[in-house]
Amino acid sequence: MTYIAKPKFHHPGLKKNALGYTHRDYEGKISTLCAGCGHDSITASIIEACYELSIEPHRVAKISGIGCSSKTPDYFLGNSHGFNSVHGRMPSVLTGANLANRDLIYLGVSGDGDSASIGFGQFAHSIRRGVNMTYIVENNGVYGLTKGQFSATADRGSKSKKGVTNTDNAIDLVAIALQLGATFVARSFSGDKSQLVPLIAAAIGHKGASFIDVISPCIAFNNHAGSTKSFDYVREHNDAVNRLDVLVGRDPIAVDYAPGTVQVVEQHDGSKIALRKIDADYDPHDRLGAQTFLARHAAKGQIVTGLLYVDPDADDLHEHLNTVETPLNALEADTLCPGSAVLDKINASLR
Amino acid sequence: MSDKKPISSVNDFVVRFANVNGSGSASANEMFARAILRHGVPVSPRNIFPSNIQGLPTWYEVRVTEEGHLGARGGVDMMVAMNPQTWDKDVAGIEPGGYLFYDSTKPMPSTKFRDDITVIGVPLTAITNSTYTDPRQRQLFKNIIYLGALSALLDMDPKLIEQLIGEQYKGKEKLLSSNVHALHLGRDWALQNLKCPIGLRVKKSDKVGDRIFIEGNSAAALGAVYGGATVCAWYPITPSSSVAEAFTAHCKKYRHDPETGKAKYAIVQGEDELASIGIVIGASWNGARAFTATSGPGISLMTEFIGLSYFAEIPAVIMNIQRAGPSTGMPTRTQQCDIIACAYASHGDTKHVLLFPEDPAEAFEFAAAAFDLAERLQTTIFLMLDLDIGMNHRLCRPLKWDDARQYDRGKVMTAEMLEEGRDFGRYLDVDGDGIPYRTYPGTHPTKGSYFTRGTSRDRYARYSEEGTVYADNMQRLVRKFETAQDLVPRPLQANAERPTKYGVIYFGSTSPAMDEAIGLLEARGHQLDRLRIRAFPFHSSVASFLAEHDFVYVVEQNRDSQLRQLIVNENGIDPVRLVPIVHYDGTPITARFIAKAIGDHQDHLKVTPLRKAVS
Repeated sequence: MTYIAKPKFHHPGLKKNALGYTHRDYEGKISTLCAGCGHDSITASIIEACYELSIEPHRVAKISGIGCSSKTPDYFLGNSHGFNSVHGRMPSVLTGANLANRDLIYLGVSGDGDSASIGFGQFAHSIRRGVNMTYIVENNGVYGLTKGQFSATADRGSKSKKGVTNTDNAIDLVAIALQLGATFVARSFSGDKSQLVPLIAAAIGHKGASFIDVISPCIAFNNHAGSTKSFDYVREHNDAVNRLDVLVGRDPIAVDYAPGTVQVVEQHDGSKIALRKIDADYDPHDRLGAQTFLARHAAKGQIVTGLLYVDPDADDLHEHLNTVETPLNALEADTLCPGSAVLDKINASLR
Repeated sequence: MSDKKPISSVNDFVVRFANVNGSGSASANEMFARAILRHGVPVSPRNIFPSNIQGLPTWYEVRVTEEGHLGARGGVDMMVAMNPQTWDKDVAGIEPGGYLFYDSTKPMPSTKFRDDITVIGVPLTAITNSTYTDPRQRQLFKNIIYLGALSALLDMDPKLIEQLIGEQYKGKEKLLSSNVHALHLGRDWALQNLKCPIGLRVKKSDKVGDRIFIEGNSAAALGAVYGGATVCAWYPITPSSSVAEAFTAHCKKYRHDPETGKAKYAIVQGEDELASIGIVIGASWNGARAFTATSGPGISLMTEFIGLSYFAEIPAVIMNIQRAGPSTGMPTRTQQCDIIACAYASHGDTKHVLLFPEDPAEAFEFAAAAFDLAERLQTTIFLMLDLDIGMNHRLCRPLKWDDARQYDRGKVMTAEMLEEGRDFGRYLDVDGDGIPYRTYPGTHPTKGSYFTRGTSRDRYARYSEEGTVYADNMQRLVRKFETAQDLVPRPLQANAERPTKYGVIYFGSTSPAMDEAIGLLEARGHQLDRLRIRAFPFHSSVASFLAEHDFVYVVEQNRDSQLRQLIVNENGIDPVRLVPIVHYDGTPITARFIAKAIGDHQDHLKVTPLRKAVS
């Protein structure tokens, strides 16, 4: 949502991906969020992940609700259709869009107010249904656009900028997503691009409901001492269980390899996730184990990040509904309408 | 016993069955109605049921009408009183000279009867218990036994009922023969022990013709199948649930790929009405034909999205099966009470297209047309049914489909058009009808994409908070709504034999009662021109009709005369000239009610100065 058009020229030597697109082809309009906003880092990570995956930009549909986070789809993938829909209702709009055309990539962008408060129900039910999507929550613990009220992900005992202590219990969307059967669940930090970019890429490659909770500090209203969503707090309490690389063809996406045990997960789209374990005991294929691990670490005030759970053989809503391969929006009267002869028979049965 | 002459009538009477909900009476009662149809005699049945699954009273009323009056008549000529809970009220409701049919196994005190009716006792429980031992069989066959007894009393041809049983239990020989046996148990008992037939009789006729017998909800769902709906999202709510259920059943039959067995549709039961309409909006935004079916409370929940559909110009079809309001009131009773709620649903300046089918045949046609209209106009189209049309079997003309018909997908800019260099502005009115072009997501690598928002964008979908830009868009939306006037089904006018300065406007399920009322009014010497409104926005012929008449009655089934309000508001008409005739107790409107209300008003007009009469 910007008044300023972004200039289109770029350096002639800019690197191109497998489809011949440059990084610039995945950008959108200039952000109007506050300078230093964590959300802009997530936008940059989405751009990078899509570039690295060599996705055709127009084959992505970006859908959001309302709020600071929901404005961001305007700032990436300028050649994609975007839909800034209704507060808390991104999941249902995305579900409908996905049903209409199963061939596109669906990127749902939401915030903590959008998904944990007004849209908690829609978040839960889209996960339950296994909609094939990448659902990103840009989680800062506050309502930014309305100036700093607590959201439902704010931790109990954390302080607002005005010094008010939050007395309500926090909702952990990752824990809920795990419980509701999401088949790809991750948490990351907007300040850790090397972790976030491959997570987004892996989530896009996953078939089924992918959920990523990205802690994204609000520098205007939630970056002070006493906040548990500030840059400093998240850096200090970040407990990454793994780091990953997504391998499309032979090119690893991330470059800053670190030593550790590597586990390879083959995804439905043929890509591979190379998972470098940091916590040797953590098994990302164990849903129950992940839930317990999260609860234990949350009790200690730690923020667990990384790929927390993945089921590479997951199915999605279209499989549950047994829909045809052709997108429903491409079907016409010749295949949809039973015709007059059938109607005559129906009439005859009603006499 | 009776001191009033028993009613004597052939092919023109009302039978009401008083049952206990969940006792399995519905299929026997429906078979009774169908059996009369097979005699070539039109019937109009109605369910009067509670918000309950088992135990509470339920009624099924069958109007037998050789003349083809399909509206509710009012009054009961024969009561089949099978529910002790409602006995007193049921007996009191019989017309003088009418008949009471009851289970005489247990003796009843004489105070429980009336002197001015004919009482017919059949020991149904005794007959049933001496034949069947299984409790469930006893309950179900008791219904068939009373059907058999009624067939003798009303002089019906048992062969026609046997035929129906044969069709219903085709391939299930055991059930078939046991039902036929039960039918004859009741019939034979009546023939041997009672004077058959009574004064009410069914005589073979040829007045049904090629008409079909179908519920409006099923017809609307079939219209959605024929109209190309591929996505349906819904949340259970009476009386609309059977739309989605019928759509599911129709799709299972007609929408699976014969080779792969895969579904050419997607149906999602949402977690609520907000999700249902959200799914519809998302699917339509992405180019699929999508709809939801709901009722009043669902409409209330959907209004934010309905506003988005209006401003962001996204097609949507909402079938609203209206019921008595407010939301927690009488969910199983009929009304036309969401006219204003739907016409102006949502925040901001909004107006929506409403379609008012009169019966299942129109529900089918309008449902299919709604998808063309939604994509042509890129907005929400409401199909306004009600419980009376939706959940009752109604005799109507056969459903028709022209195989040459193609879907009107509206103004969609394709990759080829973009490639040719066509100017694409998502909110740009290129030809003056107020309707812009849209693109489906994923159309072209570099052209035609846009960011969808509720407001704050210019003709090219670029963000703008300029007042002039906003007003420009709002004006275009007005133009679009004017375009809609000529696309929606037009009102149908029927003039009285002699020129008259009085007219009547009505719509939807009021239709059959209104047609019948005209006859009653003519008999009282009142001539009225009729206009049946079939859609909003109103066609210009509505304004002409108002101009041509001094007084116009507006007949509707709600308290606040909502269609009249809409007419006054949209046409700038002097409200005094529009006389409200309203019926809103949850029962379907009757010809008797309309004729009395209008007739009394007309009589009044003739003897008093005009000014006084209408003040």
